[in-house]
Amino acid sequence: MVLRLEAVQKSFHDSERVVPVLKGVSFDLEAGQTLALRGESGSGKSTLLHIAGALEAADAGRVWVSGHDLTQMDDGGRAALRRSDIALIFQQFNLIPSLTVAANIAFQSALSGRVDQAHIKQIVTALGLDDQMEKYPEALSGGQQQRVAIARAIAAKPKLMLADEPTGNLDEDTADNVLEQMLKLVAQTGTALMVVTHSPIIAARMDRQLHLRSGLLV
Amino acid sequence: MIKSCLRALLSHWRRNPVQLFAYLAGLALATALWSGVQAINSEARASYDAAATTLGEGQNNLLIPKQGDRIPQDVYISLRRSGWLVSPVIDGRLGDVRLVGVDLVTSATGLGGDTDINQSTNFTGETLLANPETAQNLAGIAEVIVDASIAPGVAVGDIGLVQRLLERDDLTRLILLADQPIAQPSLGTIAPDLRMQRAQQTTDIAQLTNSFHLNLTAFGLLSFAVGLFIVHSTIGLAFEQRRGMIRTLRALGVPLRTLVVLITVEMMILAAIGAGFGIVLGYLIAAFLLPDVAATVRGLYGAQISGTLELRASWWVSGLLLALVGTAVALSSRIWQISQMPLLASVRPRAWVIATASRFRLQTIGSIILLTATVPMTLFWDGLLAGFAVLGCLLIGAALALPALAADVLTVLQKNTVAPVWSWFWADTRQQLPGLSLALMALLLAVSANIGVSTMVSSFRLTFVSFLDQRLAPELFIQVDTADQSAALETYLKSRNIEALPLLRTQTTIAEQPVALYGVRVGQTYRDSWVFLDETPNAWEQVAGNGAVVVNEQLARRADLWVGDLVQITPDLALPISAVVGDYGNPKGQVILSETVFQNLHPDLYPSQFGVRTQQAVQLRSDIVDTLGIEDNAIIDQSAVKALSLAIFERTFVVTSALNILTLGVASFAILMSLLTLADLRVPQLAPVWALGMTRRRLGWLELLRAVLLAGLVFVCAIPMGLGLAWVLLTIINVEAFGWKLPMYLFPLEYIQLGGYAMIAAFLAAMWPALRLMRTPPSTLLRVFASER
Amino acid sequence: MNVKLLIFMIFFPFTVMAQGFSGLGSDAQGFATPDANPSFSFPADHGAHPDYRIEWWYLTANLKARDGTAYGLQWTLFRTALAPGEAEGWQSPQIWFAHAAVTTPDQHFATERFARGGIGQAGVNAAPFRAWIDEWALEGADFDTMVLNAAGPDFGYDMSLQARGPLVFHGDKGYSVKSAEGQASYYYSQPYFEISGTLKLPTGDVEVTGDAWLDREWSSQPLSDNQTGWDWFSLAFEDGAKLMGFQLRQTDGSLYSSSTWIAADGTTTPYGDGAFSAAPLATTTVKNRDIPTRWRVTLPEQDVDVVVDALNPNAWMGLSIPYWEGPVSVSGSHTGQGYLEMTGYE
Repeated sequence: MVLRLEAVQKSFHDSERVVPVLKGVSFDLEAGQTLALRGESGSGKSTLLHIAGALEAADAGRVWVSGHDLTQMDDGGRAALRRSDIALIFQQFNLIPSLTVAANIAFQSALSGRVDQAHIKQIVTALGLDDQMEKYPEALSGGQQQRVAIARAIAAKPKLMLADEPTGNLDEDTADNVLEQMLKLVAQTGTALMVVTHSPIIAARMDRQLHLRSGLLV
Repeated sequence: MIKSCLRALLSHWRRNPVQLFAYLAGLALATALWSGVQAINSEARASYDAAATTLGEGQNNLLIPKQGDRIPQDVYISLRRSGWLVSPVIDGRLGDVRLVGVDLVTSATGLGGDTDINQSTNFTGETLLANPETAQNLAGIAEVIVDASIAPGVAVGDIGLVQRLLERDDLTRLILLADQPIAQPSLGTIAPDLRMQRAQQTTDIAQLTNSFHLNLTAFGLLSFAVGLFIVHSTIGLAFEQRRGMIRTLRALGVPLRTLVVLITVEMMILAAIGAGFGIVLGYLIAAFLLPDVAATVRGLYGAQISGTLELRASWWVSGLLLALVGTAVALSSRIWQISQMPLLASVRPRAWVIATASRFRLQTIGSIILLTATVPMTLFWDGLLAGFAVLGCLLIGAALALPALAADVLTVLQKNTVAPVWSWFWADTRQQLPGLSLALMALLLAVSANIGVSTMVSSFRLTFVSFLDQRLAPELFIQVDTADQSAALETYLKSRNIEALPLLRTQTTIAEQPVALYGVRVGQTYRDSWVFLDETPNAWEQVAGNGAVVVNEQLARRADLWVGDLVQITPDLALPISAVVGDYGNPKGQVILSETVFQNLHPDLYPSQFGVRTQQAVQLRSDIVDTLGIEDNAIIDQSAVKALSLAIFERTFVVTSALNILTLGVASFAILMSLLTLADLRVPQLAPVWALGMTRRRLGWLELLRAVLLAGLVFVCAIPMGLGLAWVLLTIINVEAFGWKLPMYLFPLEYIQLGGYAMIAAFLAAMWPALRLMRTPPSTLLRVFASER
Repeated sequence: MNVKLLIFMIFFPFTVMAQGFSGLGSDAQGFATPDANPSFSFPADHGAHPDYRIEWWYLTANLKARDGTAYGLQWTLFRTALAPGEAEGWQSPQIWFAHAAVTTPDQHFATERFARGGIGQAGVNAAPFRAWIDEWALEGADFDTMVLNAAGPDFGYDMSLQARGPLVFHGDKGYSVKSAEGQASYYYSQPYFEISGTLKLPTGDVEVTGDAWLDREWSSQPLSDNQTGWDWFSLAFEDGAKLMGFQLRQTDGSLYSSSTWIAADGTTTPYGDGAFSAAPLATTTVKNRDIPTRWRVTLPEQDVDVVVDALNPNAWMGLSIPYWEGPVSVSGSHTGQGYLEMTGYE
């Protein structure tokens, strides 16, 4: 079991009141499995993704990532887990603007000290980034930047990959292509993938679909 | 992890070299001005210390001649043989070098240099000790051991050698050793021609020059503050721009603690590098300015400063520490922000100073408190420190008031503008104030310092010139060496019916102050040319009638005396003050008596200097030389003295003006950096205006105009502040430091010129950012609409 | 008397430095050296011998006040030459310095003076005799009748001296050997002075009388390299006999001794190395040094076996050259009093 959520609850505090976002969510995700998380805006999809990605702590319930209980971990432990086992792909591409594409792609694997150049080469070619390696992110189009972010995530050989609208900024053809590549690479490495998306087309490509409504799985 | 992380952090600087330059240059400038000034100060202090130890002045009581400057050697022997434990010193000039001869065997302090003569097999009675500069001047005259700790311009050696070099067989002064035997005959019975000069009465050069160095230090600190503004804004910029990177790094699994440590180390190492450059630069500044400082101090006080600069830990360590502490302070708030920043905080860049009305309000309150505090401080707190405290409150208080004031001015302008473009311009300018406020404050400090100092310098110049006219009224000054010469000269002048102004002088102590006591023959010249600060009617008549004295302002202020007060001249004689006279540039107190009173007090003294009124100065001069055998170089032409005095004075403030220009330069650099910082943040603000039809070129010009207008606003605020500064300098600090108050004059044209400089500086600073704006590709502007951040 | 030898050694760097004062090199060969079989010529030899490197006029006195309190007094004028000979003015190679001290049972006062030769600040005239530095002087019409004065920041004295016996010559008729290698000096004494006068102490003036001993010594090559210090005794016994004895301590722990026995009738017997011996019985810690202040002194040839005790163990001369010098009392085979000087206890 790569990811396991058990009765996870999360609320946000704004100045006047407490807004519950997740009201008790439980599910499992196995290695090599892909999962689409769907729901309306504000249904708590992103929050759930952040909790699964060890970026935020749940208020109640428990979360395991590759056997580690996140609720028992401090900030340093969660950071270490993010470094080694988790890869995140955001809507905003979150590249480091002052590093080249090549350095960006290798960055997360470099952080945990296990750069696999052959693997990276394969990913880069698969995503069609061969000619972009020495460029800086600002010189790339939105779609190219998103592919760099995906390449970085896959290069880190994570056990769990979390993607928030990974193709949201891409035109339909590119989105299709990128998704194809992602699924192929994930299948090769046995990574568990959870994708947050509005798109029924993308959701349909996943092994499983979950719907989130008003903080509960339906 | 650390390596990759560090690489990512440092890549920011590689991609933004201008920022790196700003950061390093800001620190370098701050450190350079501070450490440069400190270097000058410590070099000067070391020179004074060396002078004090080399010459043994100020530490010991001395026996000196009542008249002249020679002591026969047998007087020394008589004193020793009667139990007066004194050590002989001979002091004289050989070319440009002051030769000081001491007797090692009886001297308590040795030669005073660092050279341990007991260990130095090179030192012999035929050897002089001197610093490297002086040693060069002695080449071929005597063998010299180079010892950097010997005072500049001085060479020290055995008394026998120095006597031979000076071709003299007498002594200059006798140092009274600390331990004297239980019984001694009185000095008068053994050496009636000598008198004791108490240690504390000898001129303490360090004390005299303190105010001058305080002045320099104040400038150094001011420059440092301005430099720190730059550092603060660069750090702010760097953090804003790296906010996204920091978030990404954390998301990718870099622990917060690691990140904080790495950023701190990175910034501090860079700060150390910048400060290192600054120290090198400071050394260069100091080396460049030192000759002028040396000239100034020599001219004002007769103190020697070595012209060569030594790398002393005292100044470069203090510069480095100040730079690191300043950086750490600026850094700490940023680090705190990072540590508080939620991992998923928005990556949208914000202006690094949050523009809030409450912040301006807080600054205004602070400003009011500081400015109000200056009033009681001026009234109830005396001393140099108080002067500087008032100065500090004034400067910081005014600087704090600036942003709020500027905001109000801009609001008024906006309300009274109809044209939409200009209405937008004023509103936009106002919006930028928070980001620019630090730079504007720096400019305010620099401009007001400029106004203050130029007011002081020009006031000094006006006062000084008229003072010279008053004091140098006689056309010739004649110095005589003997009583016979004195009498002969007076008879001669009388026979030719020429007005002579004999001057009797001696040193004494009045009201616990060292005072020069003068006996004058009151005549038309005194009545016509002397201008008093305060006087009773017929002031000179009272002096001439032996019933009053004139004192200089220094004595009056230090001893808390004024017109009408009695001055105790000797235990038996007290005379009222009929007038107080301004006496600029002189550190010592003066009491002026009538010739008659002086001669009653000191019957053994004769006039050693004569002022002579004549229309035929050249002819009279040669007549006196031919008839009386007075040497030509003992006669001084008044116009020569005046020219020399003015020349000395002109050099006095060269240093100050150089520092002024540097400060203004640093301030304009601060503006440049702030504008560059704002430039990226401004793109989203400017894009809509551009989209509505304003050309990039027009936008660029408006940016320039804005900078110049803000500088103009700053300048308007700087005028009252600069004048306040000048007032504090002239009436508080000058009195505390020098003992005299300078009248304050206003120089509107100079101020307008300064305003022009400030606006030019702002224009130059804004030029690059404006050009960048003009050349911003439309795609960048478009991206504001295209990409939601 | 030998503090001066130590002084010389300590002064040596200074000497090397100062030799340049006369423009001469540091070549010690320029100095005269003492000859065996000396022939003295008085009063000239009471005066200075500028061709020799070092010389002194060294007076010590055991004094008593009317109330019976014992005091000690020292007055010494040293001459050291940076080069042989004399010159006028500051060019003179002669350096003079002087020590004066008064010891009471519980206090010790000491002070010193320095002077350059050639300028009149210090010197010695043979006849009429006058040895002076600053206002201090030892002077008289001849060498037998003199007055003496000195003063420091906290004490002073004015004394009169009257010789009651002849000069005494040490070693071989005044040629005193100081080491096995043959270093030697000219050395004679006037041990028969009666002294009286006033000690000026912080507590007030004290009228005193007593006996004084004046040493005259000059040399150019005073000590051997391996000698670290010495212990010098001048003892006056109640039966009228006197003993001058010293031992030089050597780096290997051995001693070199020399002594002169002055019988009550004035006849002298010199003894070479080994006859005289002195062994510490007790030490006192003075200025962080352990100084022997109680000695067993023997001269078997004259049946002398006495214990010598310091009147005031803290008689430390804390001057430019520190040493111990003070009055002592004698008990044992003989009783009496005297003076002890110890140097080289670092």
